[in-house]
This record gives sequence, C-alpha cells and structure tokens, in this order.
Amino acid sequence: MSRVVTLKINDQDVSGREDESILQVARENGIEIPTLCYVEGLSAVGACRLCLVEVVGVARLLPACATRVSEGMEVNTESERLQRYRRMIVELLFSEGNHICSVCVSNGHCELQDMAVKLRLDHIGMPYRFPVRHVDASHPRFGFDPNRCILCTRCVRVCDEIEGAHTWDVMGRGIASQLITDMHTPWGESETCTSCGKCVQICPTGALFVKGKSVAEMTKRPEFLPYLTMMRNRKSMS
Amino acid sequence: MSKKKVATIWMDGCSGCHMSFLDMDHRLLDLADLIEIVHSPFVDHKDFPPEVDVTLVEGAVSSDEDYEKIVKVRSRTKILVAMGDCAVSANVPAMRNRFAPKALSEAIYLAPNMTHRQVPSQGVPTLLPRVRPVHEVVKVDVFVPGCPPSNDTLFYVLSELVQGRMPDLSDKTRFGA
Amino acid sequence: MQLEDLQKIAEERRAADAALKHVMYVCTGTACQSSRSEEVLKAIQAELKARGLEKTCAVRPGGCQGLCARGPMANLDNGRVVYQRLTPEDAPEVVETLESGPPERIRLDSELPFFKRQVRIATQGAGLIDPNDLNSYIAAGGYHTLLDVLLHRTPAEVLQEVVKSGLRGRGGGGYPTGLKWSTVAKALQTPKYVIVNGDEGDPGAFMDRALMEDYPFRILEGMTLAAYAVGASQGYIYVRAEYPLAVKRLQNAIKQAQKQNLLGSNIGGTPFSFNVEIRLGAGAFVCGEETALIASIEGGRGTPCPRPPYPAESGLWGKPTLINNVETIANVVPILQHGGDRFASIGTAKSKGTKVFALSGRINNTGLIEVPMGITLREIIFEIGGGIPEGKKFKAVQTGGPSGGCIPEQHLDMPVDYESLTSVGSIMGSGGMIVMDETSCMVDVAKYFMEFSMAESCGKCVPCRVGTAQMYDLLCKISEGRATLDELALLEALCDMVKHTSLCGLGQSAPNPVISTLRFFRDEYLAHIVEKRCPAGVCQMKPEVVEVHS
Repeated sequence: MSRVVTLKINDQDVSGREDESILQVARENGIEIPTLCYVEGLSAVGACRLCLVEVVGVARLLPACATRVSEGMEVNTESERLQRYRRMIVELLFSEGNHICSVCVSNGHCELQDMAVKLRLDHIGMPYRFPVRHVDASHPRFGFDPNRCILCTRCVRVCDEIEGAHTWDVMGRGIASQLITDMHTPWGESETCTSCGKCVQICPTGALFVKGKSVAEMTKRPEFLPYLTMMRNRKSMS
Repeated sequence: MSKKKVATIWMDGCSGCHMSFLDMDHRLLDLADLIEIVHSPFVDHKDFPPEVDVTLVEGAVSSDEDYEKIVKVRSRTKILVAMGDCAVSANVPAMRNRFAPKALSEAIYLAPNMTHRQVPSQGVPTLLPRVRPVHEVVKVDVFVPGCPPSNDTLFYVLSELVQGRMPDLSDKTRFGA
Repeated sequence: MQLEDLQKIAEERRAADAALKHVMYVCTGTACQSSRSEEVLKAIQAELKARGLEKTCAVRPGGCQGLCARGPMANLDNGRVVYQRLTPEDAPEVVETLESGPPERIRLDSELPFFKRQVRIATQGAGLIDPNDLNSYIAAGGYHTLLDVLLHRTPAEVLQEVVKSGLRGRGGGGYPTGLKWSTVAKALQTPKYVIVNGDEGDPGAFMDRALMEDYPFRILEGMTLAAYAVGASQGYIYVRAEYPLAVKRLQNAIKQAQKQNLLGSNIGGTPFSFNVEIRLGAGAFVCGEETALIASIEGGRGTPCPRPPYPAESGLWGKPTLINNVETIANVVPILQHGGDRFASIGTAKSKGTKVFALSGRINNTGLIEVPMGITLREIIFEIGGGIPEGKKFKAVQTGGPSGGCIPEQHLDMPVDYESLTSVGSIMGSGGMIVMDETSCMVDVAKYFMEFSMAESCGKCVPCRVGTAQMYDLLCKISEGRATLDELALLEALCDMVKHTSLCGLGQSAPNPVISTLRFFRDEYLAHIVEKRCPAGVCQMKPEVVEVHS
C-alpha cells in the first residue's frame, strides 16, 4: 500500500497518497490546475503542458498530471511565469488549427474555448497558420473535423485503454501530426471501430462530433469514464 | 468635455457587428451626448477623417482595398478596436484560406449557374493570398471577441473608452460568443 | 574461449605480424568507402599478389584514420607513413614505394598536429584493427579485460572503477556514467536491460557511426561489462537504419563473439550470461531521446514520456534499464583495462577523459578527432583542424547540433568541457562541431537548425510541435527582411517558453541555436529586420508590402 505524505501546494498544507499525482491532490483540495490532455481515468501523457507547475528544488517545470507527490514537496501552481506560459500554449493551439468558434458545433461547450476565457485571452498573439485539413464524414453516426483537433490524444487513449479497439492513432510527426483511424483509412471503413462513441464524448473540442448537430448543439458527456475505469480496476483486482 | 470622435469601418465581415452596435437602441442616444460619429459605413463621407479618437473595426483583412483602408485608418486613429471575431481572429472569412484566390474567384464567377460567366477585372478588389486578423496587419489596442459581440458588450466598450478607461472584457465576451 | 586462449591468439597474431615486412591498413569507414577505398584495398592486395609480395606484406581493411577530407586514407607500419587521397590506380605506385616512401601527392605528413595532438581512448587502436575480424581485435588486447573482470572482479568493483574514472555521458547530457550504472545496479526488479544508443542524428555528427563501424567488438565488450556491473541479462544496440555499414559490422561482431562464447550463455566459461540484439531505428531524431528510444524498441511510436520515472528505475518493458551512448560505452573497456585513475588524470576537474568530435563546415581538416577535455576550441580549429580555408575569417563554431549553440571568436580560448560550453549558451552535445566563416549568415544558421527541430519534433507536446513551427516561420520572415522588432520580441518569448515547457530534450533545447546566435550576433538579426539587409550576403530579401506591421 502507498504511504500517505504531506506537502504544500501554493503554501497550503495538503496530504495525499504517494501514488497520487500533484494534479489529483490539488483537485482534491480545491486547487485548480488547468489541463486539456488529462482526463481522469485515462493514462497521463503530459502532452498539453498546461498543468506544468514549479516544485521547489527542481530546476525544470513538472507536469502535475504525471508527477507523483512526495513528502515535503513544495509546489507552486500560479506564478506569473506559469500563467504566461499557459497563455502562450493556448495561443499556440489556436494558431495551429482552424478554430472558428462561431460556426462550431461545440461553441459554448468547448474546453479549448473555455480555457481561453479562463486564461483571459482576448486575441491570439501568434500568427495563425491556417493549415489545410480535410473533414472525415465517412462514419454513419460521427464526424471528425481535424481543423478543430488539438492532438490531446484523449480519443486515442479512450479507444485503446477503455474500449480496447485502438481505432485511433497519430500519424506523422511534429506540426504534420494528425489523427487517423486504423491504418489511415476513412473512419466509416474502419474494421476496428465499434461505433461506441467514447472518443466523441471525451473529445474536448468540436473535432469529434455526432452528426446532425448544428452550431453550439454538441454537448459532450464524458461522465461515463470514471465509472468504467472504476469497474475495470475492480475487475482486475478481483 | 469635448465629444470623442468615433468612427466605425467594415472590411471582410457580415455587418453583424454593426447590427449589434445598432442594437444598443436608446443607449445610442445616451452615447450621442459623449461621442460624435465622424465616419461609418452608414455615414456618407468621401474620406476617412484625420485624428479620430476611437475606431471600431469590423471584419478581417481580405483584399488590397481592406489593406489600404486599415493602414490609413490606423494612422489616423488613437485607439483602434477590433470589433468581433472577424477582426480579432479572421473567423469565417478565413475559411477561404485553404484555397488560392484565383481558384476561388473562378469557382464563384465561372460557376455554371452564373449568367455572365466571367471573372471581373475591374470594380472588385483583389483578394490577398490569405485573410488575416487585423492585429496581424496593424497594431490593435482593444480586442472585442464575439460573433457578434453583444450590444451590451459594445455599449460597455464604448462607455469605458469615452471615459478614458481601457475596458476589461474577460468576463463579458469570448471567441464565438 | 578463455583468457589463456585469448592470450594465445594475441601472441600468435603479434608474432605473425612481426614476421611481416609491412602491414598496411586501408580505411574502410563510410566516408572513405564513398571515395572507393574498398577498391583501393583490393587493388593494392592484387598488386602485392601480382608481385609475389603477399607473404611478406599484408594489406588489411581498417578503421577511420580521422582526416576524412583527404580520404581514402591508409596507414603503413603503425603510422610510419600515412597515405591520402588514394585511388585504385595508385596501387602499383604504392607497392613500388613501400620502402622508399610514397610521392607527395598521396603522402600525408604523419607529424601533423592533426595526428600528434590527439589522445585516443574511445578510438584506441587508431583504426589499425580490422573491424570485421575478432582475432584482430583480440590481438590488440580485446576481450582480455572482459574475461579478466568476469573471473577476478565483482560487479561492485567494476562500478567503483567507472565512478572513479569520472566518465560522463557522451551523448550530450553529461550525466555521470558511474552514478547511472549504480542506480540501475541498485534497482530491485529483474530482468534488467542495457541499451546502447546509436541513434546519432545531429547534422554534422558522425562520431558514433565511426565508433560502431571501426570498433564493433569494443562496443560489445563494453556493453557486456556494463551488463555485468548492473546485473543485466539482455542488451540492445539501437542503430539508425541509415548506418548500414555500422549495422553490418555490429551484426558480424555479435555473430563472431557468440561463436567464441564471448557473448551469450556462460561467457568465457563463467556463470555470467548476456545476449545482445540490434534494433534498427527508422531515422527519427527524437528516438535518440531515451524514453522515445525505449518506446521504439517496444514497437510503439517513438515519442518520449515524462521523466521521472527514469529508465534506470522503469525503462524497457517497465524494467530497470541502463542506456548509454555509443561513445560512453566505447570508453568502458579502456577504463577497466588501464584503471579509472588513469582516465581521470586526463581532462579537467569536472570533465574527465577525452571527447570525440566530428569536424565539419568551413575548416581545412574535415574529419574525426579525439582530444583531451580541456583543450581549447582555438587549438581544435586552428591547430588540429588546420584553420579556415581560402584565407576567410572565422566567425563561429557550432557545437551540439540542433540542441547547441554558436560560439564566437571571443570564446575560442575557453577550455572544452561540459560546464564551459554550457556557460556560453552551447552544449557539449554528442560531438558535432561545425565551423562557420564570414560567409555564413547567423540568422540563416539558426533557421536551418530550427527547420531541423521542427521536422524532427515528434508532435506529442504543444510547445515543441507548434512552437518550433512558429519559430521557424518567424526566422523565415526575419531572413527575408519581412519581420518587425515586435516579431523579434515574439521569437524571444517563444524561445523562452519552448525551452522551459517542452516535454523532452528535443524541444527544451530546440531554441538554443536561436538564443545563442541572438546573444552573440544580435546585430545580424537587426540588420535583417531594420535595414532589410543580410550582412553575409546569404539571405535573399523578399520584402512583402502587404504583411507589414505599423
């Protein structure tokens, strides 16, 4: 069993189990750390870098989602520098894709849009890249608009770790990275997709959506995940 | 106190932001005591006047005409306000950025259902290679996201600016609002 | 094979060589092979045979002699004569003049500082070992150390020796090797793995390639010693597929070593067993990052993971894993052969031993060198490297590839060690050294490296994926005279942000070429931005009227 440790987050004394991440302990104690790629119940990949925090005695910034707490740790989640970096990360995400909130199915229900509000972004200081990306509407029930994709890989993980289908994956590298289904075949022709829709519900933006939804109509229901994860853990323990 | 000189312009947009501006209704009358509209798409002026205090800019920079306009407006304006998502982020107009301007013109003007199938060579501004938000072309002082920003938001922005304060919009509007 | 067998082979080989009148080694490394060195080797062998001299003179394939710019090179009688720019047509003349000495055209002064200033540890043997022949390696003292250690020393003693040597990671990070080994040795889980990282990918770096090509047996012996010290039973050599010769020679070396029981079960009749397999990388630069490399060996996408946990605790298949760079491992045999103290007596207080560098760019003696730590950059460039060609003026030397920086004239007298290079905004890196003269534009250089980092970013984390692309775009704008001072400020803000927020070393160090050129050559950036002019005359100005800022 894991030991219990005490630590400080933003000068607040908190306690957590040694196998918990800084993010989990912070959230248990009502300390908000922004995240986009992290979802409770899926593996932590530390990719979006929004949850970076300062830990006293560590030169590097550490991702709160993938760093375990330890005894006597002193964590700072809200320095001026961290806030600046977070804003720039969200600006980079907006500049990378074609995020046209006004005509998006997820307008008003989008985690990226909410993040911009939370970080008080009124414009994007990075030049927009306006990439050319093609929509995959081949699936009978769902659509994929890569213009709105932020490559958080939640869909990849939920499909692999929860549904067990591993339909989604990432192809290419760097700025040319893109999500694909199967071996880059249209989603509708996928042999592995079970059409369970978990990827759609877990997607933080309007990149994955249910067909037939108009602007602002796409609300996501990611609540299934903690339950499924709990049941899986219970099964593997018994 | 002398009245603040306020101007509005539109470029590549849908004029929805101006509609929202007009939706201020009776509050426009209150504002009229404080501001003087010196230029607007609704006001017939030959040229953009010099020494404007506040200019509200709707729309993205899309054509050579837009470009010349915004450079001139910037040089004659103290506080430039990007009004609405097209000005702030290029928004819907930017959806044409995946196409080359020539291909785009031909797709439209040479479409089978056009009566005179011909790409116009005069009277239509030349499209820039890419639609850009205003701040990628000239310096912008105030950003008012929203598609369109609500009349309340615009009223707040103008009231603050005429009183010499910078508006804080963080809890009032957002991209796509 | 046991220690006595090794000694016997070595003695026989030495006696046989002593009976020969002449022994010549022709470099068969990738650089010399590309200028027909294998044909040269065959032509000289044929010429000897035609003259009936094959019994008294031996001509053998050898390793890199260093001065790649003058290849194909050959070495006669332990460096008595060094040949340059050989062609197969030179064979008759070479054989004819074995006694009298070759004509100037193909002769290289063996007293050149290039040869005399080097200190060889990782490249011990100086290329005078046939890389395809286990016995040739044994004759040069190979595998004596391994069998001696397996018989007479404990793993803890091996660790102690490595700690004492002060060896630090030669892949670029400079992490103390002894400490890394002890951490893996202490880990409780089994099995443990040893991985040799041969995924060298910096532009201008070819040290590891040469070490794998020329001394494949030394890599294997070093790995086996490392495995013994940390308690590992399985090893992997991760080589990029673009190094076909290195792969071929390593495969051959593994086969020969297995055959002679110097690798595999119960090595040399001792209880210790260790196997090695080769894993080919597809050439992604990021796979040189250890967690990405592990993911690649496991069959996944080569993308890094957050550390901790470090591979020493949870690496390949979640087991304790030792990952060392090729050059680090190449130093292991010499350290255990001659003692950690001797290694530690070379170099500076904090950077011990030697470092292999690949010299390239605007320098006369392009090639591979091994020099003691603490030597100055000026000595490397102007004495060993022979200075700048065509009387041009030196401008900067780039170390550390896309993760490093450019060092200007005023720091040339600085000693080469990990800390000094870091203090001027560069890094030791894996050993690439690109020399630039007045004809190089530093904005263009920064752009080049940023393009590399952008293309090689794995795309997992946002700062590196998008940040490198944005920085590259800004550098393009600057180099074309289309940027504003505001955009320069944005570039600097991005450098700071990408450096501090990226997931792995690739992103964290990707801004370094920009940061260092801005530090020392800011005036060149300003010339592009303010005066719309490239001082070196490299960049084409393309001022775009439409995209100007107020």
